[in-house]
Amino acid sequence: MAPTEIRQVLASHPFLEGLPEKYIEMLSKLAFEVSFDQDEVIFREGDPSSLFYLILSGKVALEMAAPGRQIIIQTLDAGDELGWSSLLENTSKQFRARCLEPVRALAFDGARVAALCEEDHEFGYHIMRRALELVAERLRATRFQVLDVYSPKGARGR
Amino acid sequence: MSTLASTAAECRPVMQPVPAVIRSVTKETHDTFTLTVAPPQGDPVTAFEPGQFSMLYVFGVGELPISISGDPAVRDTLTYTIRSVGQVTYQLVTRRPGECIGVRGPFGTSWPLKEARGKSVLIVAGGIGLAPLRPAIYSILRHRGDYNRLVILYGSRSPRDLLYRKEFEAWGLLPDTQALATVDYGGVSWRGHVGVVTTLFRLVRMQPQDTVAMICGPEIMMRYAARELEARGLPPSQIYLSMERNMKCGAGFCGHCQLGPYFVCKHGPVFAYREVKPYLDLYEL
Repeated sequence: MAPTEIRQVLASHPFLEGLPEKYIEMLSKLAFEVSFDQDEVIFREGDPSSLFYLILSGKVALEMAAPGRQIIIQTLDAGDELGWSSLLENTSKQFRARCLEPVRALAFDGARVAALCEEDHEFGYHIMRRALELVAERLRATRFQVLDVYSPKGARGR
Repeated sequence: MSTLASTAAECRPVMQPVPAVIRSVTKETHDTFTLTVAPPQGDPVTAFEPGQFSMLYVFGVGELPISISGDPAVRDTLTYTIRSVGQVTYQLVTRRPGECIGVRGPFGTSWPLKEARGKSVLIVAGGIGLAPLRPAIYSILRHRGDYNRLVILYGSRSPRDLLYRKEFEAWGLLPDTQALATVDYGGVSWRGHVGVVTTLFRLVRMQPQDTVAMICGPEIMMRYAARELEARGLPPSQIYLSMERNMKCGAGFCGHCQLGPYFVCKHGPVFAYREVKPYLDLYEL
């Protein structure tokens, strides 16, 4: 992908919507295109967090090993972000990320983005605010999910 | 006395179950079944509006409110989708063709299909809540030119709990129609979405101002879904929910299903969100 195309793709990605152009420019210099085949594992539970991805196409499953089985706990699609924990220091992946469909994404070295956030606090504010919104949204969804609202116990009789 | 006597006379027809013969019982999932019933003499069934419900009576066991889940244009049978969760529902889903049950109704308000004409329709269903919405989907598909886009979002506990799977897939292939299903927990063989139904909203392609939303499912799901749609720019006056309470008479006499100033069986089950919003957050109302 050419640098101009990377800038355009970043500017139109929902995660970076509204980010000032100078920061899009900064990020575009760190971004590189990656692609994965169907069923390819992007990272495994326990891997060190190094890259984060903005998904451009395809579908990724976040999976967790439960006793006796592997379950999908969330799926991510085009427009979603994968691997936000790489923006934090000394973290490891909590899930396995596996492609349910061929995936194209832009990848970033989380440590380099975090270093830029330290150097330029305004840039850091924009990135961390977006990361916080993302984490809050996923926390809301997880709380809703653990309520198990569709279980037969809570079923509508009619 | 005369007032009481006339009230009793008025009550009798709606309180009297009409015999109906089970025509078919179809297993939808491990615990959910679809029944079709018909009047014993082959008479046409009473017409119903999408969103309405009947009171189904298993003689000697009990009576329950069950939403009609079939096509309103079909006049020789009524269709109900029932999850077996208790004694009466178990008895209903284990009836055999030819056996008789009692039916009262149809009762209640319906989905705002007239108000939605000229607009896009967003259907949001959770669990067995797809059943009361299916007649609305049939009706929209029958009068497809009257509506813009049709989006059907459906959340379920797991892939094995998804209702009407083949039909759902077929809806998704129709022009100007988007049908997306998601489950809370998927096994590794599941290739669809995983996450709560509200996570599908970001994948919807429609203009909020031009959209009417119809939501049915567990109350907590409807509350979150309605809030999220409002946050995404859908006016509350264009959001409708189907509520459920402990309905007994089905006709607004007994008060068992009271929700604030409303009797759900009579003023509902379909309400505009703005009508019931103040009561959704109240504990144990």
